[in-house]
Amino acid sequence: MEWAELQEWADQARQKRKNIRVYCCTSTGCQASNSPAVKKAMDKAVKEANLGTEVQVVSVGCMGFCGQGPIVEVENSQDPNHYRLYEQVTPEQAPSIIKGLQGEIVTATPGNPNHPFFAHQLQIVREHSGQIDPESIEEYLAVGGYQGLHHSLFEMSPEEVVQEITRSGLRGRGGAGFPTGLKWSTVAKMPPGQKYVICNADEGDPGAFMDRSVLESDPHRIIEGMAIAGYAVGADHGYIYVRAEYPLAISRLEKAIKQAKRNNVLGTQIFGSAINFSVEIRVGAGAFVCGEETALIASVSGGRGVPRPRPPYPAVVGLYGKPTLINNVETLGNIAPIITKGADWYASIGTGKSKGTKIFSLTGNVIYNGLIEVPMGITLREIVEEMGGGVPNGGQVKAVQTGGPSGGCIPADQLDISVDYESLSAAGSMMGSGGMVVMDQDTSMVGVAKYYMEFCQEESCGKCIPCRAGTVQMYDLLKKLLAEEATAADLAQLQELCDMVKATSLCGLGQTSPNPVLSTLRYFESEYQDLLQPAMSKV
Amino acid sequence: MAVTTLTIDEVDVAVEAGSTILQASQEAEIRIPVLCHLEGVSDVGACRLCLVEVEGINKLLPACVTEVSEEMKVHTNTPRLQEYRKMIVEMLFAEGNHVCAICVANENCELQDLAVEVGMDHTRFSYRFPTDRDVDVSHERFGIDRNRCVLCTRCVRVCDEIEGAHVWDVAERGEVCKVVTGLNQPWGEVDACTACGKCVDACPTGAIFRKGVTVAEMERDRAKLEFLVTAREKKEWTR
Repeated sequence: MEWAELQEWADQARQKRKNIRVYCCTSTGCQASNSPAVKKAMDKAVKEANLGTEVQVVSVGCMGFCGQGPIVEVENSQDPNHYRLYEQVTPEQAPSIIKGLQGEIVTATPGNPNHPFFAHQLQIVREHSGQIDPESIEEYLAVGGYQGLHHSLFEMSPEEVVQEITRSGLRGRGGAGFPTGLKWSTVAKMPPGQKYVICNADEGDPGAFMDRSVLESDPHRIIEGMAIAGYAVGADHGYIYVRAEYPLAISRLEKAIKQAKRNNVLGTQIFGSAINFSVEIRVGAGAFVCGEETALIASVSGGRGVPRPRPPYPAVVGLYGKPTLINNVETLGNIAPIITKGADWYASIGTGKSKGTKIFSLTGNVIYNGLIEVPMGITLREIVEEMGGGVPNGGQVKAVQTGGPSGGCIPADQLDISVDYESLSAAGSMMGSGGMVVMDQDTSMVGVAKYYMEFCQEESCGKCIPCRAGTVQMYDLLKKLLAEEATAADLAQLQELCDMVKATSLCGLGQTSPNPVLSTLRYFESEYQDLLQPAMSKV
Repeated sequence: MAVTTLTIDEVDVAVEAGSTILQASQEAEIRIPVLCHLEGVSDVGACRLCLVEVEGINKLLPACVTEVSEEMKVHTNTPRLQEYRKMIVEMLFAEGNHVCAICVANENCELQDLAVEVGMDHTRFSYRFPTDRDVDVSHERFGIDRNRCVLCTRCVRVCDEIEGAHVWDVAERGEVCKVVTGLNQPWGEVDACTACGKCVDACPTGAIFRKGVTVAEMERDRAKLEFLVTAREKKEWTR
């Protein structure tokens, strides 16, 4: 399909949009609170009210306000002031929302679209989430989809694409924050031949659901990002490694890949150019370690998902021994807008070394939880207290855990730190892939450390001894502490183990597994001390 | 032959370019403890005992898979490394049944030797043994006691890379990781097993043994494995 034809199609899709669009979230979070029934009831109500010509009920991806789901949003293109947001909508309330369009009183709970939860956000990766039907390529085209890919293929050389990404300052959103442009250029510089692009969608952090939501809400955005990456580095094949626990994301991705192939934005001679790029899905059985690049590669190629020592890096020796570019879902979600809007625009957002936005899944002891996309440099306080509304029932924030099991806890007195890669790591935590768990004054920090250590010891692949046996020993010591059976010697041993596991483990999972213990020890040591027993009492 | 020069523990060493730090240290007769490394099969860098310090690099590097580079300054036995090695060996002893007095491999066991080498006389960690790790004696000639397995995967690699049978593999994860035969079948039922005994020769502990061997009787012939590797790689089939 030629570009003009596709554009025509996009125009048609835009024209087909009805004046009033009722968006029903059908992502996993809202589905869990019965949103498919709400969508069905909405369709029925529109039919019964004979509003089929003016009103369109659209099944959309995540709007972010997951804690208040199911969410319904009503948008009137003729009357921008007529914007309505409803929370915790039941199927029974559907007719009332539709009748509300004709001026009747609505019984559903209204939400506040000007709430800081929404007002502080800047949506780049999630700009279409909740605005388009993720299962329709027409809807994606209607909002300017695949323009970045077309622009790259026809107006930029692969080197220029890599330069644009480098200039944007984008850093890997999977956690480590490695400069994306540098990664791309390393793969691009490898001699021509078979290369691969892998999208890492093996999100496994407790409390994190950013990647799942992006895939469920806007799968074409990720496919477009992968195709641009493939063109830039000289790869003609891509894999999306997604965990089996994400069935909705997988089915929406499958649909999107089919649609993209059918419309020649994937496959051979994309848009009639000489460029080929195809995408396949690999479903992972769900192991935290498979998010680690080398373990992921092993798993994609059919092996046991265990890491191997680096170097050689995957950019040099990757999948099937070929140079491989691995980027996280969110990183790839940033690519198309950087190409269409330019690196300068992107680099103007964020802080000195952390550009753009970051998606967090805000969970734990906060009033409003869900997904947020915020510009880098926002303070943790703005996120937790303003966007999240603070702790319910007038409680106090005690700490915020960021970065998943590899991250750490930031105490309440440091809430004013800027959220960027450097500041978080200086505070003893990390950006990670974006889990953010708020803890209130009643939380036991030793308990938190134990929780994360339990996760790490279960998820250790078992290949290297420090991680396999060390995390188990650490978990045992934390259990002993919480059972108030530990002495100062046990605490000293815990610290020694942290040091050893961090320094000697084979991969990032083991090297970072002591972080929850180290950060809680750093800020809440007294809680550990309070649990200690006198050394002689057991003799 | 291109040569790389470096210092290992202040000793000047010249080795073939592309060698690993472990090979270079062997050449210089400097001993670095290893467990998962076995001459003739691929390295996996899993046991972390061969970690060394390299000046100018913050991270500890596994000697078995790190290539030497010009003017590299390697330290193989700093107090920090000694402490970590000791802890690793202690954790292994805490993990399974490593009661030497009742083991076939007593006095012919690499784990036992390592304990002596790192100066370990007791483990400071809590014992995880006994667990439900099983013993499989379904094979007519051999047996495996998974309580004594240290998961070095030498059996897996030797069976795959030298014998070409790939009977062994690893199942599960974390603490419950275990080596399995076939698709977790009893060893005796695995058709692919050629009963060559290379896994027995490769095993560093008493985990994989020949039947009918009593305590402290086990002997291995590692030279056999090395001979096979040279034979295959260099086509030298006579000793």
